[in-house]
Amino acid sequence: MPDAPGLELIAQGIEEGHEGTVIETSFEHGRASLVVNPEHILHALTWLRDTPEQGYRFLSSLHAADYLPATPRFAVHYELLSRERVERINVKALLENPAGADGEEESLPELDSCVELFPTAEYQEREAYDFFGIVFTGHPDLRRILMPEDYVGWPQRRDFPIGGEPVLFTHNEIEAPRWFE
Amino acid sequence: MEVERESLRARQLRARDLLRGDLEGKDLEEYVEERLLTTTLEHALNWGRANALFPLTFGLACCAIEMISMVTSRYDIARFGAEAFRASPRQADMIILSGRVSVKMAPVIRRVYDQMLEPKWVIAMGACSSSGGMFANYAVVQGADKFMPVDIHVPGCPPRAEALLHGFNKLQRLVRGQPDLGWRQRYNAVGTEEWARFEAGEPTAEALERAAAAIRSADEGEGGHA
Repeated sequence: MPDAPGLELIAQGIEEGHEGTVIETSFEHGRASLVVNPEHILHALTWLRDTPEQGYRFLSSLHAADYLPATPRFAVHYELLSRERVERINVKALLENPAGADGEEESLPELDSCVELFPTAEYQEREAYDFFGIVFTGHPDLRRILMPEDYVGWPQRRDFPIGGEPVLFTHNEIEAPRWFE
Repeated sequence: MEVERESLRARQLRARDLLRGDLEGKDLEEYVEERLLTTTLEHALNWGRANALFPLTFGLACCAIEMISMVTSRYDIARFGAEAFRASPRQADMIILSGRVSVKMAPVIRRVYDQMLEPKWVIAMGACSSSGGMFANYAVVQGADKFMPVDIHVPGCPPRAEALLHGFNKLQRLVRGQPDLGWRQRYNAVGTEEWARFEAGEPTAEALERAAAAIRSADEGEGGHA
C-alpha cells in the first residue's frame, strides 16, 4: 500500500502523462484510492501497470457500485495489486447516470473497457454490465453473464424493486382475508 | 416364546417337506392357502410402486447435503426402497427439489421433470423450493409449484434427514393409499396425460412430428446464440 505522499506522487505521475486525469486522491484507513476522470481511465490504468517503479500489473477485482442519491450515481472500482511489493491501490471512476427525461429510451452509462490491459476483466466487466447496466465500450463480448440472457432490468441497482412476494405471517394475516381459499 | 418357537419349527419343517415334494392332498392345500393373499391388481401395483421409488440424482443447493445424508447408513432410505438414485430422468420416478430454484434454473428443472416418465412425483424440500424462503429477491422463484406440480412440501431450513424421510413416507402413503390424490386432480390437469391426448386425437403423432421438425429447422437457421 503506498503511503499518503506516495499516493500524491502517483497522482502527479498520472497527471504528467495526461492533464486532468486524476480528480481526487484519498488515503483513509491505510487504503490509497484515486478518483479518476472516466474518460481517461485507460490512461490511468496503463500508467499504473506499465511504469516500472509502480508495476500494478494484477487486477484483483473490478466491480461496480450504485450510490443512488448521490451524483455521479455509479462508480466502477478497480483494485490493482503489485505482486512484487504486495501493494494495493484502488482506482475509482465515477459515472453520471445518462437516463433521459420521461418517455425517452433508457440510456446506459458508458466506460472504456480495460480487457486489453487486463484480460481477467472480461468476465468482471460482464458482471458489472449484467447487474448495473454499465456499458464497457470495446469489450469483446458484452452480454449477461449470471442472469438469464432474456432478463430485463439491472437488478443490483438501488432503484430496482426488491421483488419476491409478501410473506403471510400471523401478524399480517388480516391484510389478506380468506387467503386459504 | 417356547410355543412360538415350536410352531415356527413346525412351519419350517413343512416348508422343507414341500420343497422335497413330500406334501400332498389336504396338507398341500392347507399349505398354499396359508401363504396366499388376495388383493386387487391396482392395490398390488401401488404397493410395488410405493416401495420402489427411484429418486433422481439432482441437488440444487445446501438441502442437497441433507438429501445425500438421507441415503447414508445412519438414516438409510434403502429401508423404504428408494436408495437407487438414478442419473437419468428417464429412469426416475421422483424428483426432490433440494434447494432454492433460481430463475435461470427453473426452465432446466421443468425440462428434467418433463423428461421423467409417468407416473412421477415431486418433493419440494426446504423453505426455499416451497416458497422462496429467505430469498425474496429478483433471482429466486418464489415457490417451485409456480412452474411444476409438487406433491409433498417438507418444511425446514434445511430439513433434517429425518424430516425428509418423513416427507418421503408421506409420499409413499400417497402413492400406496390414495393414488387419486395426484397432482393432475389438484391442479385441474386431468386429460393432459400423453396417452389421453393421443386418445382424444389431439395432438396426433403427425402433428407432433411436424412441430419437432419446425423446431429443428428453426434451430439450424438461427446458427447458435447471438
